[in-house]
Amino acid sequence: MSNDSEFRTCPDTGLRIHLPAEKLMKANAVAAVVFLLIGGIFGLAVALTRWPAVHLLPAEWFYIALTAHGVDVLVVWIIFFEMAILYFTSTVLLNSRLATPKVGWIAFVLMLVGAVMANIVILDGSSTVMFTSYPPLKANPLFYLGLILFAVGALLVCFVFLGTLVVAKHEKTYEGSLPLVVFGALIAAIIAVFTIASGAIILIPTFLWSLGLVGDIDPQMYRLVWWAFGHSSQQINMAAQIAIWYAIAALLFGAKPLSEKVSRMAFFLYLLALQLGSAHHLLSDPGGSMSFRVFNTSYAMYIAVLGSMIHAFTIPGSIEAAQREKGLNNGLFEWLRKAPWDNPVFSGMFLSLVLFGFIGGITGVTMSVQQINMIIHNTAYVPGHFHGTVAAGTTLSFMALTYWLLPVLWRRDIFMPKVAQWSTWMFGLGMGGFAIFFMAAGHLGVARRHWDMTFAGNPLGFEYSATVYLFMGAAGITAVIGSLGALAYILCTVGTILFGKRRPENAAPVVSSEGVEAITSYGNRSKGWEAPGSLVLVAVFMVFLVVYYFANWKYLGSVWGIR
Amino acid sequence: MSTHNTLTPPPNDWWRHPIGRDELLWISIAAAWCVIMTFMMIYWYFAGNQNQAGEAYRISPEAFAAKAEEMVDKYTIRTETELEVPVVAVPPGGDVYIASSQYQWNVIPELKLGETYRFHLSSVDVNHGFSLQPININLQLVPGYDYVLNFTPNAVGEYNIVCNEYCGLAHHAMVGRLYVVE
Repeated sequence: MSNDSEFRTCPDTGLRIHLPAEKLMKANAVAAVVFLLIGGIFGLAVALTRWPAVHLLPAEWFYIALTAHGVDVLVVWIIFFEMAILYFTSTVLLNSRLATPKVGWIAFVLMLVGAVMANIVILDGSSTVMFTSYPPLKANPLFYLGLILFAVGALLVCFVFLGTLVVAKHEKTYEGSLPLVVFGALIAAIIAVFTIASGAIILIPTFLWSLGLVGDIDPQMYRLVWWAFGHSSQQINMAAQIAIWYAIAALLFGAKPLSEKVSRMAFFLYLLALQLGSAHHLLSDPGGSMSFRVFNTSYAMYIAVLGSMIHAFTIPGSIEAAQREKGLNNGLFEWLRKAPWDNPVFSGMFLSLVLFGFIGGITGVTMSVQQINMIIHNTAYVPGHFHGTVAAGTTLSFMALTYWLLPVLWRRDIFMPKVAQWSTWMFGLGMGGFAIFFMAAGHLGVARRHWDMTFAGNPLGFEYSATVYLFMGAAGITAVIGSLGALAYILCTVGTILFGKRRPENAAPVVSSEGVEAITSYGNRSKGWEAPGSLVLVAVFMVFLVVYYFANWKYLGSVWGIR
Repeated sequence: MSTHNTLTPPPNDWWRHPIGRDELLWISIAAAWCVIMTFMMIYWYFAGNQNQAGEAYRISPEAFAAKAEEMVDKYTIRTETELEVPVVAVPPGGDVYIASSQYQWNVIPELKLGETYRFHLSSVDVNHGFSLQPININLQLVPGYDYVLNFTPNAVGEYNIVCNEYCGLAHHAMVGRLYVVE
């Protein structure tokens, strides 16, 4: 049973925090930020190499840096941070103790050892196989072992999370159904279990193969199962970041969902269909019938896309309804105009929502069309797209949440708050710009994961147009802006932990609770629109999506006949 | 109705609350769009000229390399560059074997405008990417699999084939050529 001496009550928020869980949150969040720094430096080096006028790294180091960048930010930073989110949602939001802090620490050590191990064998040049490590390219066995240890650690945390939900229910720390944000985290954790199991199914035999104990890994089978890990891990991110968006809507505006039923159903649709998305990566591969391809790439008639489109309305919609209840009721957009744009928690949250939807969402839906994939597969468009989702979306939403968590967990004021204000804008607009320019270059044929687009000295080489060079240069510049934003975030985070001014016990709340009382009644109006401004926003989104989608069909129709 | 937000448990009867008309409207539009997108792929499968599902067969890299060699022996019309890459003119309707390897393309195919060729795409070592420039058609080459697609070029010209799947430290050196003639 829970022991009161293991808890503290946060003077800012009134939340009851389990101290052993808080330590784990802090450790995981700090590890995440450290790997964001390492992976971010590699990413900047990669971007500066692909910027033709700079072309920073020699070829071997370019491919090493690219492998490390993928592992450190796409896996290590994001998953460490998600572990902190799982601890936070299951304990603080449910007013519960953590089921087994010891297992949490074992998991943390496994993840840390795995991440360090993978980094060492990438940096010594023995595992330059890219993040995807498609056999028969072979890495150092420790590369696979490092990833396996990391995954096992993450799996343990998922079980600690699920165990904590059981404890909270059993000890009656809350009444009724799970809060929506915890429900979203639960969906993320369930997807994570499936994802990590897929990773184990493919990485363990590949590890044995790299040791010479298994004769052969079928390269196509590897691609199929690996992507059940690689793609689904992005779906964990989606569920987690959407939970964060809902959480920030409540923290800053006291927002409740327009309808619990709709928002929960949208999360549930993810659980039904997201796993099918691994087929997105096999659309231009040999094998797989047309029906297999259409069913899987569309998440069984786009039901997971439907989930995302619902959230795209209900999240801004719940903020809008809350703001309108507080009297910001003029016109379509007063609620948005008068939102706290100078607060990085809000600017990071809202920018990540918009960028994820408009850049990541629209392009993701288009490129995963079976036939259209052929004019996009493995071009620079692909990393362009996923910097729209994972960097400008997931990472930015984590940054936004960090600025709320820092004062709460560390009891310190944000270090250099002006820099923090700028960081979300620089990172969001930098990464969003990078995504757009890289996708533009990819549309014009530039390959991803490619050191030299000039084909210097190659008798069969050719020249890309000046437009392509313009896009690649612009991608370089925006990547630098985004990197500076990330650096500013890391500076503020580390600075707050080390040098931030301690918050007195009677400090003004970081969270405004005003308005929470006021908004009890929306969601059930029989007439009038609850969120007309948000409806306009999603209508604009829809127009962009439809135009872009059919423009790509038109482009596809102009290329050679291929059947 | 009790006060709550996204961070607190909802009222016990949350599943009985009616859904607002904003949400219903948007969900309907979104759902209709999802159906349209699904049927676009099926429509294009029957009506479009570009479908890369194709056929695929398992084949050992050695057997595939042998078939490619046979094609080179039979249809080479000249060689190009100091690497003496064979230019092969397979007759229309014939089989063109693209046997990729670290870090080169085996042949420079020469195709006739408007004719259809059976392309066999594979690798004899690791994964490679077949990226036809500047028209930007991109396909995955996987060792052990013969990926068969019918290509019908629709414009005369000199094209290039870039490897766009990372295949090793000299991956960026892997570029080739393809001709379409009258």
